[in-house]
Formats: sequence, C-alpha cells, structure tokens
Amino acid sequence: MKCDFCDQKATVFLTQLVEGQMTKVRLCDACARERGVTDPTGFSLGDLLLGGLPGGPGTVAVSSSAGVPGNGKKCETCGFTLEDLRRVRRLGCSDCYATFSDELNEMIRSMHKGISHIGKVPEGMMALQVRNQRLDGLRTRLEQAVVSENYEEAAAIRDEIHNLEDVKS
Amino acid sequence: MMRFSTLIKHPADWMTGGPGEYGAVLTSRIRLARTLRRHSFPGWAKRDQRAAALDLMRPAVESLPAMRGAFSQELSDLTSVQKQVLVERHLISRELAARGDGSAAVIERRQTFSFMLNEEDHLRMQAIRPGLQLTAAFAALSELDTELEGSLQFAFDSRLGYLTTCPTNLGTGLRASAMLHLPGLVLSDQIGQVLQAVNKIGLAVRGLYGEGTESLGNLYQISNQSTLGESEEAIIRRLERVISQVASHEQNAREKLLEDDPEMVADKIGRAYGVLRHAHIIDSKEALNHLSLLRLGGTLGFFSPKTVTLCDSLLMDIQPAHLQLHSGQKLTPEERDSIRAEIVRSRLHSLESPDSVILSKEEIISDPTNPGES
Repeated sequence: MKCDFCDQKATVFLTQLVEGQMTKVRLCDACARERGVTDPTGFSLGDLLLGGLPGGPGTVAVSSSAGVPGNGKKCETCGFTLEDLRRVRRLGCSDCYATFSDELNEMIRSMHKGISHIGKVPEGMMALQVRNQRLDGLRTRLEQAVVSENYEEAAAIRDEIHNLEDVKS
Repeated sequence: MMRFSTLIKHPADWMTGGPGEYGAVLTSRIRLARTLRRHSFPGWAKRDQRAAALDLMRPAVESLPAMRGAFSQELSDLTSVQKQVLVERHLISRELAARGDGSAAVIERRQTFSFMLNEEDHLRMQAIRPGLQLTAAFAALSELDTELEGSLQFAFDSRLGYLTTCPTNLGTGLRASAMLHLPGLVLSDQIGQVLQAVNKIGLAVRGLYGEGTESLGNLYQISNQSTLGESEEAIIRRLERVISQVASHEQNAREKLLEDDPEMVADKIGRAYGVLRHAHIIDSKEALNHLSLLRLGGTLGFFSPKTVTLCDSLLMDIQPAHLQLHSGQKLTPEERDSIRAEIVRSRLHSLESPDSVILSKEEIISDPTNPGES
C-alpha cells in the first residue's frame, strides 16, 4: 500500500474520528516523521489534512472560494501571497488574516464551533472586546427594530451605535 | 543555566503519579499557541527575522519567576538524541525537534511547564499535570501567559481571538488533552463504542500506530478540536466531564471483567508478568502491550499499587532515545531490544508474582467457613 503523500510504501496507518467521521491516512516512515504523526503533543488529523492531503477539507475550502489562481493578492506586511496560502495552508503573519479574510472565512467556519472568539483577551484589549461585543448586540437589535417597524427604537439604537463607533477613531 | 543531564536525571513531577490517582487518566496537558504582532510567523520568516523574534521572546520567557533556573537551549545546540529524549518526554514537539537555528526550548526544572520558541507559532507553551487536572493546568499556564503579555505583544483580533499560524488553532489557541489508559474497555470490546460517543461531541480521540481504534499499550489521547467560538473554560469543562465519564466506564469495565472472567484476566496479567520478568530481547511494541497489562494488574490488586507508577516510568524509559541516553551510545535496533529487556527485568526484579495474590483470593472463595456475601 502506498503512502498518501509520496510513492513510498506506507507503514503508518492512522485512523482518527473527528465529529463522527472516520478518516484514514496511510503514510510512509519519512512522511509520518515529517508531519509529526508520531508526536503526541499537538497532532491532529485535521492539521494533517489541512497540510495538503489531496481532497482534504482544507483543500476544498480554499480552492472553492479563492477564484482564479494567482489573483495577485499579497500581504503588505510580510509579502505572503494567496498562492503561498494554498501551498502551505498556513499564514505568513498575523496581518494575513485581514488580507485573506475572504478566502479564510469558509475554511474557519468548517473548522470551528463558532466564528467569533469567546474567551481570554489580552489585558488592554479587554475594553475593545467589550465594545465590539456590545456593537454586535446593538446591530442585531437594530435589525430587529427595523424589521418590526419600530423606528423610534431603531433611531435610538443607531445613535448608540454611532456613539460607540466614534470611540474607535 | 540548567544542564540537559540535570533536567533529565529525574522523572518529571507528572510522571510519578498524581494525588492518589492510579486510574485511567495518566496525564493532563494544556497547550497555548501565541504569535507576535507584526512579526512574520516562524515558517515564513527569514533567518534574521526569526532570530529577532527569538531575541525578544527568550529573555521574556526566561525571566518569568516560574521559569527561574530553567533549562534553556537553542535546538541547534542539542544532539539528535537529546532532542529525541525531549520529544519522548512530551516536553517538545517533533516539529520543534526538526528545527535547528533560531528555535529554542525553555523547560521548567520540574518539567511541568515548557515553552517552544519559533515552533509553528512563535510561542507554544505547555503545562502537564498528573491525573485529570486540566483546569489546574490551564489556570497555572494562563497566569504565565498573562505575565508574558507585559513584555510581548501577542497578535490578537477582537473577532478571531489569538491569531495563529494555522487557522486550526485560532481563537483561544488552546489544545487541552489527556492521556488515558483503557485496557478494560479494550478487553471488553467496548472501546469503539466509547470512542465514537466521545467523538460525536466534537472531541478528537486517537491512539498511536494502531489500525482502527486499536492502540499500542491501550493508550489513548482525547483532545479538543475546535478552538474558536467557545471559551477556554467551556472547552475544558466539557473535556473534563467527558474524560471522567470515560474513566468511570473504564473502571466499571475492569470490575466487570474481573467478575465475569477472572481466569482470563489472571492469565493475561500473569503472562505479561512472566514475559517482562524473564525476556532478554523485547521490542517496544511487545513491551508496551505487556506493561499495559501489568499496569492494569496494579490497579486490580494483582500487584502493589506502586506498580502503576513503576509502569508509567518504564513506558517512558524504554523508548529508543531514552535507551540511547541511558547507555551513552548509539544503539542498533537489536541492541535496543536487549537493553530494553534488561532495564525492564531489573526494574521489575522485586515485583512479587501475582500468583500469591490469586491463590489467596481463591482460598477465600473456596473456603467453606467463609459464608461470603449474603
């Protein structure tokens, strides 16, 4: 049996259950080592598949939303390109998340329980986090108010949103 | 600065057992991934950029009060055996071991905390505790993380949380995991079912080098997959709840096996004892599987409870790099198998045969003067 990543003989057989789905991967010694399959610390099949197994979930998510290859998108901070993202399934720097947000959104949605962070926030970022969560809440209420044609309340909410947004600049 | 030999000489705190914890959960581990703002991630950074990030992070980590007198080395200054030993001890990842220049490991003296600098992310920090102690491990590690915020600027986005090199770690950057020993569930053929159930709630379960749900040494790891959209506390709470349930299923399975088929259990444990006590050549697969049964025997009263800790340290010490470090030279696989057998024999030298225990149990059962349970 051949390794899923190269043509060597597969010696490591890995089965992992993720969200009720059984996924099997066959690897040769070298590829298993390289991909840290034998490493009990941070390894998960999700990462492995994301690392570019043909037909892996990561592959699908990126290519389906990325459009034509090489559309010239490039991170201004670190020079990472969309091509690089497709190749390594990793990012170049923290600013890449903003640069490639369109391409990443679908991928992130398929990987995680939610799409917004809940949990620890670095000190100093706390105020900003609280404000953003309040803004999210207000925007939802604004939509509801508009839908139910409660324009007086909508106007009040809109003012509140403006006030909060002003703090940013 | 602590030397490698000093660090490794003693078993880690978490290897010598938790407070009265001889059950199914060997260790709990928390890992947090962090990156630096405005710095290219290690895999993408140029050599000098990576060095600059290391120069920022290393003093910050070394000056944490908890890391006073820690072991701190660049990977390029370690031999391949030393790196491999650290991997086998779960103190660094295989990925870090594969890196050289510009990556470093800072490991606390008791091996409870370790920091990997310029791994996949700029900073990966980890806390290990014996038994099921994810909450305590997280609290301790999170405190160090908060202290580091004073000197390092971590990349954080108000929507996506902590920004990591790979989107699979986004948000909390948290991977919480526990290593479980589940021979009872394996022997009673319930393991597949239990693992399926665990998996249905979004947790990852895996064994190593096994086909299907089988795993060498009946050792399994359960960890969270999702890192975004759920708080650290919620992730850990769910994981701890599930792990305790699995541990209690394991306990029930062991008790039931002993009740339903005591002969089979005694046979398996007795054979494992016989092989380990008397083998002169043993490969790691065979050793792992027998040690697993010996450990089971320790929890079922076939041996003294101390046997469990003995097995746990042996599981570590019979791995290839540990054997090479022990013998101080490079070993062929054949040489490893014989040194492995030698170490196992010498450690188990004073372990009493389970027969004495079994015989006394049989006497009680067949003793007509003992009315037994009513």
